[in-house]
Amino acid sequence: MEQKNHMLKYLQKGIRFDGRKLDQYRLINVEYGVSNSAEGSAIVNVGDTKIIVGVKLAVEKPFLDTADCGNLMVNAELTPMSSPDFEPGPPTETGIELARIVDRGIRESHAIDVHKLCIKEGEKVWSVAIDVCTLNAAGNLIDAAALGALAALKDARYPAYDLEKNAIDYGEKTDKKLPLECQPIAVTVWKIGDYLLVDPLPQEENAADARLTVTTIADGSVASLQKGGDCPLSVEEVDSMVGLAIEKAKELRKALG
Amino acid sequence: MTKSNAIFKRPDGRAFDETRPITAKVGVIKNAQGSAMFQIGDTQAIAAVYGPRNLFPKFLQNPRKGILRCFYNMMPFSGHGERIRPGGSRRSKEISMVTQNALLPVLNLDDFPNAGVDVFIEFPQTDAGSRCAGICAASMALADAGLPMKDLVAAVAVGNINGNIIVDLNYAEEAYDGQVADIPVAMLPNSGKVTLLQMDGISEREELKKALELGKKTCQKIYEVQKQALKGKYKVD
Amino acid sequence: MTTDALNVKEKDIVVPGESLAVGMGFLPSWGTYRDGDSIRASRLGLVQMDGKVIKLVPLSGAYLPRMGDVIIGLVIDVLMSGWRVDTFSPYSAVLTLAEATSEFIPKKADLTKYFDIGDVIMTKVTNVTSQNLVDVSMKGPGLRKLGPGRTLVVDPHRVPRVIGKNGSMVSMIKDHTGCNILVGQNGVVWLSGEPENEVITVQAIERICAESHISGLTEKMQRWLEQNAKHVNRSRPQEPMQ
Repeated sequence: MEQKNHMLKYLQKGIRFDGRKLDQYRLINVEYGVSNSAEGSAIVNVGDTKIIVGVKLAVEKPFLDTADCGNLMVNAELTPMSSPDFEPGPPTETGIELARIVDRGIRESHAIDVHKLCIKEGEKVWSVAIDVCTLNAAGNLIDAAALGALAALKDARYPAYDLEKNAIDYGEKTDKKLPLECQPIAVTVWKIGDYLLVDPLPQEENAADARLTVTTIADGSVASLQKGGDCPLSVEEVDSMVGLAIEKAKELRKALG
Repeated sequence: MTKSNAIFKRPDGRAFDETRPITAKVGVIKNAQGSAMFQIGDTQAIAAVYGPRNLFPKFLQNPRKGILRCFYNMMPFSGHGERIRPGGSRRSKEISMVTQNALLPVLNLDDFPNAGVDVFIEFPQTDAGSRCAGICAASMALADAGLPMKDLVAAVAVGNINGNIIVDLNYAEEAYDGQVADIPVAMLPNSGKVTLLQMDGISEREELKKALELGKKTCQKIYEVQKQALKGKYKVD
Repeated sequence: MTTDALNVKEKDIVVPGESLAVGMGFLPSWGTYRDGDSIRASRLGLVQMDGKVIKLVPLSGAYLPRMGDVIIGLVIDVLMSGWRVDTFSPYSAVLTLAEATSEFIPKKADLTKYFDIGDVIMTKVTNVTSQNLVDVSMKGPGLRKLGPGRTLVVDPHRVPRVIGKNGSMVSMIKDHTGCNILVGQNGVVWLSGEPENEVITVQAIERICAESHISGLTEKMQRWLEQNAKHVNRSRPQEPMQ
């Protein structure tokens, strides 16, 4: 409690433990094409947080109810390498929630036109698997993961595919890109006491009362939401959190290059 | 046994005793006590060391010394072909175990009773030789973590393709259409002793001996790279 | 008869297994071992020669509690008759009632009145067993519960640099930032002041740790502090004593 009170003393003065303003992100850096075994990949650094994302493509049979649509899947590994708090083993709640937030942002914004992933209706479609792996966890994994996923999708190129033989040659990449229709950006706004902030440090995440992840597309419309934490939020608070997220998304969009 | 007499050329034009380009860097994971990246050709390993730290579950604790645990894991997009399903496999379990045994002989954990040292080895991309690259990265990470060690550990895969002894096989060579033996080997560079040895394929006794000699020579070269990377992190300029 | 040869010089950085010297004329000390004729490094470290004796100074590694160390710990549990303290090492410590206070504590007293979970304390290591069971005590000058402030964990091997010769580095930062600063041997730093001054203090300490090998660091930090802490009101509040 004492630590939290000390943090509130900072927030009252409009600064953070590392001297940042409340609505200020740490330095963001995106590196494309970091794994040549993936069809698309990227490393995202947000301050000391480092995340790698890889996209793998495969040809599969579509689901019966979406016979002309390709498949999309997001998985997240909070690797024990990235933090003393993560352990080896099956995904935890935190990891699953992270993957699902990233998944919803991409799916609900229709960032990938799944119809364009259809090769032969009812028989063959492309499936897109996005795997997020943490390398160094130092706060704000959600925003970094969503940004990394988008960067890896942008980087992805189809491998050579022989329809007759139904065989993919993973050794040969074409220059055909994925059908990316828009760029969903996730910004998570955190509430500590009466203060709202973005891009938290681990200490700030531990002290936080609630958070709201807002995924927006370039025109400012909201594509998905996720509230976290066990403290209630007022409608007014939600509104200002969404407002802040829309503003900040513009910066993140620029960082993608 | 028949062996082709045709002159063997390596698919990427390397000499028989030539490794792919090697790069190494120490201190790549900020949260870890020690960490390192080791890349050989298109195979990249990242290792992070946590500990000595409180070890759970409690039944694993040893009141006489600290425990080393290694975890080998390929990222889902790091395989040569299709996506690899995340989570442990029989293969990754076995490799974790032999990695542990390859590193243990140099490590002295007597000062850390009941504690544990964890080494996590992850691969963003691979092109054969991943367990060896993982061991190279892990031994640098353990040294970076300041643990008592009497030597580093260097590792490389040697191979026998139709009787030709070559070093550092890539995927194309592992999958070569002919008689292929793949022999990953880890060694202590200063004593030349072997701490990991496996072989898939068929070799004559004489060929095996030749292969191990080549492995020894190459591990010396790798040791120099590891040494420079470790010194590079702490260098006074 | 082999001739003795030294392969390294003072302050060289050496890696595990590296040959430091050959011949029986040299003597292996801390961080080294004899291997036949050679003396080799048994960890990563900095070479220090004392005549013919070769030893290493460690550059990294976990903190291990040593008797007499004054450390900053975190109370993590309340026990039957004492407290469990995180020492920021692989081994936690026990603070017993007898070592906690000279006050008389009646049976069944609420121990959290004295120390509660989450409290940060300046404490002294009084005993370490072969199994690394650790006892700490609050009896001694300056040992106490620390008030509002923030903690920062640095590499314990950088502690001498952060403190400086006779405390010169830490007093210089205190003078420039007006913050109270306490440094534990275990690498935990506690500081307290105005938020913006604490930020400068943290940046200064992180800078010292990152550049701890540089010669002339004190002068460099002096210039840095003059640049970055020039707006600080230097009247430092009196340190609250308990």
